[in-house]
Amino acid sequence: MPGFDFSNHNRNIALHAKGVPLPKATSTGTTIVGALYDGGVVIAADTRATSGPIVADKNCEKLHYISPQIWCAGAGTAADTEFTTAIISSNLELHSLSTGRKPRVVTVMTMLKQHLFRYQGHIGAYLVVAGCDPTGAHLFTVHAHGSTDKLPYVTMGSGSLAAMSVFETQWKPNLSRDDAVKLCADAIEAGIWNDLGSGSNVDVCVITPEKTTLLRNFKTPNTREKKQRDYKFKRGTTAVLNEKVITKEQISKYVTVHDIGDGKAGVGEKMDVDTQPSAPS
Amino acid sequence: MIYQTGALGEDGIHLDMNHLKSGEVNLGTSIMAINFRDGVILGADSRTTTGAYIANRVTDKLTQVHDTIWCCRSGSAADTQAVADIVQYHLGMYGITNDEAPTTQTAAALFQELCYENKDMLSAGIIIAGWDHRHGGQVYSIPLGGSLHKQAYAIGGSGSTYIYGYCDANWKEDMSEADGIKFVKGALQEAIKWDGSSGGVIRMVVLTKSGAVRHLYLPDRNYEGPGTEKP
Repeated sequence: MPGFDFSNHNRNIALHAKGVPLPKATSTGTTIVGALYDGGVVIAADTRATSGPIVADKNCEKLHYISPQIWCAGAGTAADTEFTTAIISSNLELHSLSTGRKPRVVTVMTMLKQHLFRYQGHIGAYLVVAGCDPTGAHLFTVHAHGSTDKLPYVTMGSGSLAAMSVFETQWKPNLSRDDAVKLCADAIEAGIWNDLGSGSNVDVCVITPEKTTLLRNFKTPNTREKKQRDYKFKRGTTAVLNEKVITKEQISKYVTVHDIGDGKAGVGEKMDVDTQPSAPS
Repeated sequence: MIYQTGALGEDGIHLDMNHLKSGEVNLGTSIMAINFRDGVILGADSRTTTGAYIANRVTDKLTQVHDTIWCCRSGSAADTQAVADIVQYHLGMYGITNDEAPTTQTAAALFQELCYENKDMLSAGIIIAGWDHRHGGQVYSIPLGGSLHKQAYAIGGSGSTYIYGYCDANWKEDMSEADGIKFVKGALQEAIKWDGSSGGVIRMVVLTKSGAVRHLYLPDRNYEGPGTEKP
């Protein structure tokens, strides 16, 4: 049967009551934004993935493909955003093939909200859906519980407050493409600098009726500098007190290595063994 | 065997309604709908919140489920959107198969069915208002338990507690459209003023024989306009 299995629910409650903590999910403390402009729509995201206080990935991708002209920015549980966008992308392509029409952004939004509502918020996907279809350029937010909003500019994730403050002070109607890209990148940067859960680089995706442009690492304000000092110890730093060479033959008493077959690959997996006994330097 | 779940209290009977809302988008709301001489008027504020954060300051809580049958949504945004979407689908099918527009009563009964049968899983307070050829304008209210009430006017959401007195004092039967709009606007202004979870713009929909007309009233114009004009 497809779907989630809740058979461990009561066990988990019993364990939790005994003081066993629940396992932690990898979530993307994130800043994602989107803005409509005159000729299309722009979405952007930071590239930090976190697991509790640990930065799990310094340059992850939070801009997900749905269809050539519809893309999705994801916040929340990393695995959930990845899989929900993938499954909706797959179903949308089948839908588009069966109807013989180009996919619409409202269709994606409806499929996402119905999928997420069915799981009552247990799928922790918070998404910004954007794209161009025959009815125009569209921008939506979808929350994990299945509610949706339609707005000219949106932010989500832990950095949404920082990003929204940029939009609320700088956004104006009828932006040009370049202005919209800059505004979105600035909003993400506000998240990168002011939100602990967000960081690293800025990814941007511009969608027009004609084409989609993914600007991976559009801004890299956190490139690593070369180390000012070399902390590697020079050879000979540690004094050699004695030296002893152990050969393969000498350890054959404990471990033996045999070549299987005629030496051709595929007969049996061969173990990699150093033919040269390694000598200490 | 009854298992203790996170939703139940220590007595295993009383349900913690707040468990539904953890991290959920809520419509801490002021909504209302009234009857007037030529039909009905629906009104709502535009604030949706996640905890202390305003997730949307220009929300549209007035949702169309048929040509001249609309509803005001309060409670969980996800729940009320899902319910309204299902009702909209059923009324659409009804309209096509019977070659006749559904009545407001039919719409309200559909809402009640969903809200009552799934009351354990939903936090939705919905007001349904519509105009149909058989009964003219009608207002129905479905509070949390899933009961259905036909009323002269209905108020709902967290902000409604502040305007029971205002509405009771100022309500008149068979008002003109202008007086109806004045009544709704005056009530929602007070609700927005006193309720922290309500705010933003005032949206209204006027439903009459001649169809649906949207109104918008902005706080930076002291809720005086632009009305039916484009802002």
